[in-house]
Amino acid sequence: MSGKVFVARHAMGTKVSGRALVARDGFSARYDLDRIAGVFSRPAHKLAGQSYVGRVLVLDTAKGGVASAWMLHEMRSRDKVPLALVFNSVNPILAQGAALGDITMLAGFDEDVTAVVPHGAEVEVDPAAKTLRVL
Amino acid sequence: MLAGKLGEVPKLALTHQIKVGEFFGAQDFVAVTQAHVMADTESLGEAGVRWLESLAATKDGSRTVRIPTITDPRGTDFTKARQLKQADWMVDLERRAVAALVKIGVSMTDTCINYQTVLAATRGEHVAFGDTGVVIYSNSVCGARSNFEGGPSALSAGLTGRTPRYGFHLDRNRQATLRVRVVWTPESLNDWGALGAVIGRIAGNYWAVPVVEGIERAPTSDELKHFGAAMASFGSVALFHIVGMTPEASRLSDVAGDRLPEHRVGRAEVKALQQSYAVDSKVDVVVFSAPQLSLYELRALAGLCDGRKFKIPLLAVTSPQVKPDSDRFGYTGRIEAAGGTVYSGMCFYQSYAREIAEANGWKTLATNSAKMVNILGGYGYVPILASMEECVDAAQTGRLR
Repeated sequence: MSGKVFVARHAMGTKVSGRALVARDGFSARYDLDRIAGVFSRPAHKLAGQSYVGRVLVLDTAKGGVASAWMLHEMRSRDKVPLALVFNSVNPILAQGAALGDITMLAGFDEDVTAVVPHGAEVEVDPAAKTLRVL
Repeated sequence: MLAGKLGEVPKLALTHQIKVGEFFGAQDFVAVTQAHVMADTESLGEAGVRWLESLAATKDGSRTVRIPTITDPRGTDFTKARQLKQADWMVDLERRAVAALVKIGVSMTDTCINYQTVLAATRGEHVAFGDTGVVIYSNSVCGARSNFEGGPSALSAGLTGRTPRYGFHLDRNRQATLRVRVVWTPESLNDWGALGAVIGRIAGNYWAVPVVEGIERAPTSDELKHFGAAMASFGSVALFHIVGMTPEASRLSDVAGDRLPEHRVGRAEVKALQQSYAVDSKVDVVVFSAPQLSLYELRALAGLCDGRKFKIPLLAVTSPQVKPDSDRFGYTGRIEAAGGTVYSGMCFYQSYAREIAEANGWKTLATNSAKMVNILGGYGYVPILASMEECVDAAQTGRLR
């Protein structure tokens, strides 16, 4: 798996590298997170209890809730923010929030990235090249 | 505008919109006639309020909105914050946000049912609406055109009078991608919400557009409000069609639904979703909110409250446009005579739901809102979905049947 590269259709932000938290589940800052503690808090979420701070989140899709657009900005102000967000499919809210919160984001792949990126892998996210690379 | 000739605020707004538009491959902008901004302080936080205050304090050039720009619910009812046991800092933060938004020219309508209370968008009208429930209703029932516009983007649209042309502003993204045959037509609002939730889960992402067949009667605005809000919440869906009822789908083929495989959804699937939340019978608090209640919902609730004395708190949340009529028609008085409380201009889950649960000792919450049961799990509640009648019974006895 090391060295494998996945190409996204949508990208923004700066190039970052870090450890990936991977799950075939959704993402909403309001529904899924304890933003003060910096952990996934919705009990049914596949990453429940895990810290998202400084991690590259590789998830299936962004979920409803316009609040996430402000919340990513607020999380950034307290450094309780993921390093990058990578989605199979993204909604505008997360893109708008990433734009305001200055968070690197990739979305839209030909394969299910949650199935091919190992949980805990070191990855590189390069928005200029629109690539996710497993290191 | 981008050159800064109109000032720093429009330039900042347009720069943000270009960043988002380029992410989605927008070719240009489209003029919008209204913007609806979600900006409660639980979401904004101190950082967001400071951001708004920095816009409001700008002296150089224009700092006010160019089109009618209204707001989603606030994080409190200022007249009842103490009753909710909200901390002073929460109310202070709300006051600062309101002051900043007013300086930017925003009209504080504080409602998530603006399509019932302020001004519904019309077929083909391009708008920039926040609140997923507002967007899905406006797109689907009204035939208007909006993406989910988070607070920063909706405010930017208000400031520039335009939005990037992508997503549901484009004809090609409004065709159906999922065909659902419903073999059971709901009656109660919680059933309509649960049906929306089931379809939302099947759809599963923002770009999915369900077309629904088999609904046997014209749903009311309140029924479609709960149906759409839940679909948006569970599935991030922004547009649905109902064949023969919503404006863009007179026939299945109008939205290319005839080319899609059929999913069947019936009473069993709806009941299974409701049962998945029925984990406790003891109830700490009953809440009617998300979306805010219409005048007719408050009328129905008042009728159920007559002659009762509640053992546990019952909260009913409506908009500042509806509340005066509810007062005038006696609905508020009848609900509050039984021990309930009618709140105005807020939304329960946007009002520091985690903190007020801790302050009031609330854990198990009964509601008829499928949207709210989906959200509140993340705030530490045990939410239960039941009918309005069952919820009112629970307020009287402390238990759900």
